[in-house]
Amino acid sequence: MTTLLGKDLLAMKDLKKETILHILDTAESFREVSKRDIKKVPSLRGKTVLNFFFESSTRTRTSFELAGKRLSADVINLSASGSSVSKGESLIDTAKSLEAMHPDIVIIRHGDSGAPALFAKHTEAHVVNAGDGCHEHPTQALLDLYTIRKHIKSFRGLQVAIVGDIAHSRVARSNIYGLKTLGAEVTVVGPKSLLPSEVLRFGVSVAHDLREGVRGKDIIMMLRIQKERLRLSPFPSLREYAMVYGLTREVLSDVGSKALILHPGPINRGIEIAADVADSVHSLITEQVESGVAVRMAVLYLLSMKGS
Amino acid sequence: MSILIQNGRVLDPSQGLDETGHLLIENDKISGFFPKKKTPPKASTVIDAKGLIVSPGFVDMHVHFREPGHEYKETIESGSRAALSGGVTSVACMANTLPANDNASVTRAILREAKRLSLIRVYPVAAATKGLEGKELSEMMDLKRSGAVAISDDGHVIQNAAVARKVMEYAATFSLPVISHAIDRDLEGDGVMNEGWVATELGLPGISTVAEDIMVERDIALARLTGVHLHIAHIASKRAVEAVRRAKKQGLRVTCEATPHHFTLTDEAVRGYETNAKMSPPLRSTEDLEEIWKGLADGTIDAIATDHAPHASHEKESTFCAAPCGIIGLETLLPLSLSLVRKKTMTMSTLIERLSLSPARILGIPAGTLAVGAAADIVMFDPEAIVTVNADFIRSKSKNTPFWGSVLTGKVCMTVVGGVVKYKV
Repeated sequence: MTTLLGKDLLAMKDLKKETILHILDTAESFREVSKRDIKKVPSLRGKTVLNFFFESSTRTRTSFELAGKRLSADVINLSASGSSVSKGESLIDTAKSLEAMHPDIVIIRHGDSGAPALFAKHTEAHVVNAGDGCHEHPTQALLDLYTIRKHIKSFRGLQVAIVGDIAHSRVARSNIYGLKTLGAEVTVVGPKSLLPSEVLRFGVSVAHDLREGVRGKDIIMMLRIQKERLRLSPFPSLREYAMVYGLTREVLSDVGSKALILHPGPINRGIEIAADVADSVHSLITEQVESGVAVRMAVLYLLSMKGS
Repeated sequence: MSILIQNGRVLDPSQGLDETGHLLIENDKISGFFPKKKTPPKASTVIDAKGLIVSPGFVDMHVHFREPGHEYKETIESGSRAALSGGVTSVACMANTLPANDNASVTRAILREAKRLSLIRVYPVAAATKGLEGKELSEMMDLKRSGAVAISDDGHVIQNAAVARKVMEYAATFSLPVISHAIDRDLEGDGVMNEGWVATELGLPGISTVAEDIMVERDIALARLTGVHLHIAHIASKRAVEAVRRAKKQGLRVTCEATPHHFTLTDEAVRGYETNAKMSPPLRSTEDLEEIWKGLADGTIDAIATDHAPHASHEKESTFCAAPCGIIGLETLLPLSLSLVRKKTMTMSTLIERLSLSPARILGIPAGTLAVGAAADIVMFDPEAIVTVNADFIRSKSKNTPFWGSVLTGKVCMTVVGGVVKYKV
C-alpha cells in the first residue's frame, strides 16, 4: 500500500483531500490504542524518532513523544537554545551531524518559517513540521479537522470562524488550507492590525466585529494571543482585546450560537476565551488534546511506511 | 604602445556616438575613433571586435568589497577580478567594512591595495557617521582629501533626521554627494522580505514599501533644505521612484540608482525560502518593478549599480530569517541589463549611459567616455552570446546569486583598463 504522504509532512497547503482523509481515517484506528491497558502497538518498533524543539512547548512535544512511544519507536527529545542569528547556522550543521545517527523521523519545531523544509533538504529522515515561525503547523490542523469530523455531517459548506492573531498564527494558516481543501468556508475575525497582508487571497471572508464574525458559524476556532511573537503590540492591552474579541457566553447568546468551540491551546482564560465557554458542552478543547496523540501516531506511521 | 580595436560597434553616449568603426588607444589613453570606411592608422596590437559592442568600461557605483575585515567573503582583489569579468572598470566601494571606512587610514589602505593590484579603478565611498552608528559625523574633509568620492552609511541607516540633516549640510560644504540607503528602521521592524501575499503565504514578516517611501521623501526634503547632492541607493519602490521624479522636476539635485535584481525579479523569487532572494531593500511587486523600468527609461533612475554584496555559502545556507541580506552582481550585470534593451525599455546607447557615463558623472570621476584624451577604460561585449552562471563564470569569492545555473544572454569578451587588457575571455 502506497503512502500518499511523500517523504515529509511540512505543510497543509500541499495536502490533497484524499491524503487528509486518509490521515484522519488512520488516526481513528490508533485512537483506541490510547484507551488500552497496554498502550502500545509495534508499528514503529526499532525506528528512531527525534523530537527537535527549537521553541519551547509542552503539549505538542509530549503529544509527539507519546505518539512515537505508543508506536514502539525509540524517541529522543532534543532542544536547542541560542540567539536567532546563530539558529540558522546551527540548523544545517545539526542536521548533518544527526544524519550520522540515522534517524528515521525528525520532528521539528522552529521559530523561523521554512526551517523544517531546510532541514529536510539535508536529511534522509522523514521530517514532520511541528510548527515553523508563522508559516504552518500541519499536525495541529489535522487534529482540529479530526476533532471536528466527529461532530459534523460534512465539511462541505461548513461555516468556520477563526478568531484572533491571524497574522502571526501558523495554526490559522494550516487550518485555513485544510478546511478549504475539505470544502468548508472560513471567515477570519480580528482587528486590522492582526490580519496579514492580502488575507483575502486565502479565499476567506474577513470580519472585524466579533459578533458579526461568529454569527451563523458551525465552528468557532479561537487563537491564542501570542505575546512572545509580538514585538510592537498591535493592540493596546489584553484588557481591551478581551473586551472586543474575547469569546464569552454573552457574545454567543447574542448571536444565538450553538457553534462548537476549538482552541489550539494553551488558552489564556479570560482573554481570548472565557473560562465558562472553554469548559462548556460546546467546547471541544480537551477532545483536541486527546485527538492529538492519535493523529500524530497516524502521521508517524504513514510517513514511515515503505512504498510510493 | 598602441592598440587598435577594429570593426566593432562603438557606442559612446558622451559623444552621441553609435557607429561601426575603429578605436585607437595610445599608451593609456583613447586617441581616436575612425569610421569603418576610413583606413585606420597602424597600431602595435590589433584586436578584432567584429560583431561586438565597444563601449566605455562600466562604472559600478555600489559594491561591497569586504576588505578590510570580511576577507572571507571577498577581497579587493577577488572583487576587482569579478568586476573585470563583468566589464566593470571603475567601482565605488561602500564603507561597511571592518573597521568601517570612517577614517582616512582605511580609505588610504583601500586605495593602496587597489593601486598595488592595478586591476580596476577603485573609488572609496566613506562613512557618513563614525562607525556607521548614525550619531556623529565622520571626518568628511579628511576622507575626501584621502580619496573618498562620496559618503554613505549604506548597510546601515541614518534613522535620526536631525543627524541626517547635519550629515547633508556638512557634506554639501565639501561638495560630497550623500548616498542614502533609505529605509525607515522602525517600519522595517523585523521584516525580511516585501510585505505582501508572498510574505503572508510564507509566514515571513514583511517590509512595506512605505518604509522606503517615507525615508526617500524625508531625505529629499532634507536635500531641498541643505542643497546637498542626494543619491538614493538601490531604489525599489514605485512611490520612491515617483518621489525622485517629482524632486527632479523641481530642479533638486537628486539622483538614484537601481540594481539589476530590482529590475529583473519580484518577491516571487523568495518562494521556497530562497535566501539568495533576500536583500535590502527587498525584491518587491510587479507594480514596483514596472515603475523601475519606467524610471530607467525616462532617466528618473540615472544609473544601474549592482550593490554587489558577497556572503559566504555557510552564511546564506540558513533559514530565511537568519540569512544575511545581499547578493553578488558584478558578473551578471551585463546580461541582466541587456534585457532592458531586448524588452525595448531603452536603446543600447541609453543602457550604456546608465552603466557608465551617468554613474561617473554622479561620482564626479573621469570615466564613462571614449572621447579623445580620455583614459582607455573599455569593454567589448557580445550582446548575443550565451553564458551560464556557474563556477567558471563567477570570479567572486562568494557565490550568492539567485541566477546560479541560469543561462543568460550577453557576454563580456574583453576589458581594458588604462590601455591594458586586464580581462579577456
